[in-house]
Amino acid sequence: MRPWNYLQLPLFVAAIALLMPMTAAAGPTAPPSEPMTFDSELDEQRYQKLIRELRCTVCQNQNLIESNAPLANDLRRQIALMINDGSDTDEIVDYMVARYGDFVLFRPPMKGITYLLWFGPVAMLLIGLGTLGTILWRRRTQVGSEPLSTDEEERLRSLLGDGGHDKT
Amino acid sequence: MKLRFLIPLVAFIALVGLLFVGLSLDPREIPSPLIGKEAPGFDLPELRNEEVRFAREDMLGKPALLNVWASWCVTCRQEHPMLAELRRAGVPIYGLNYKDTRSDALRFLGQFGDPYDAIGFDESGLVGIDYGVYATPETFLIDSNGKIRFKHIGMITPEVIETRILPLYRQLEAET
Repeated sequence: MRPWNYLQLPLFVAAIALLMPMTAAAGPTAPPSEPMTFDSELDEQRYQKLIRELRCTVCQNQNLIESNAPLANDLRRQIALMINDGSDTDEIVDYMVARYGDFVLFRPPMKGITYLLWFGPVAMLLIGLGTLGTILWRRRTQVGSEPLSTDEEERLRSLLGDGGHDKT
Repeated sequence: MKLRFLIPLVAFIALVGLLFVGLSLDPREIPSPLIGKEAPGFDLPELRNEEVRFAREDMLGKPALLNVWASWCVTCRQEHPMLAELRRAGVPIYGLNYKDTRSDALRFLGQFGDPYDAIGFDESGLVGIDYGVYATPETFLIDSNGKIRFKHIGMITPEVIETRILPLYRQLEAET
């Protein structure tokens, strides 16, 4: 087999793996269980936005729309209640943060304790790029590509034997 | 050029240290924003006697534990003897029966014993939301003025009693 054949399967798997998160991100459009009713289209949109941005604290890597945990159910119901009672989005977010802490937010607020979280990856990338740049720069200065002097060319030719012609 | 070899080594050790610390953390332990704040108010029917009400104010005057539990919660079953232990040590123990049915909860108490001074029956789980409950059992230590001083998520172990709950309880008791 040619090397390409060995590569085909892993490449295929990688392609599938890359596609998967995209299909998952499309996700559900409504909570799986109870349908909520709202007075207006706008309220419905606010609800959908909130249940995507708030974390289910039991099943930590899911947001409220993805989770079927009883608590997620209760929190969705609570959000719907508050929306229908006329609470604005910030009030609902504050309500959740007061009870469950910043952890409930999928986008944590930018403050002292979260700077590392927000800027850590960028800092790591910059350090990596910096290191790579330094190494490449050094290598370039170390490996000079100066042309051979006449003496060296002479020596090279004698080492190669027959004046540099290929043996055939 | 010793430094060239030293830097990756130091970086590697730092990374291993970081991962090691990360592994030892429990992701379920979410710091509660309620520590140091007033315990949220509630007024619930008593689990064992429908006619009686149990409110936040009933817990005040002495430091006390508020234990959130349910009959469907397996860990609560394991934790239960620890509550009796604390009761024997003189700590008032209040219960919040979370998203349960009255008959199941009463059967649970009949089977495993009843260490509670009073139990609020939070059928809808709304009081649970106010207390930021997300994983039963959860236990709050509330001081005599109604401020939450400590929260433990998950099962109370003899170690938690010895190192966290009792020392803090004695300190709060001395303050009042």
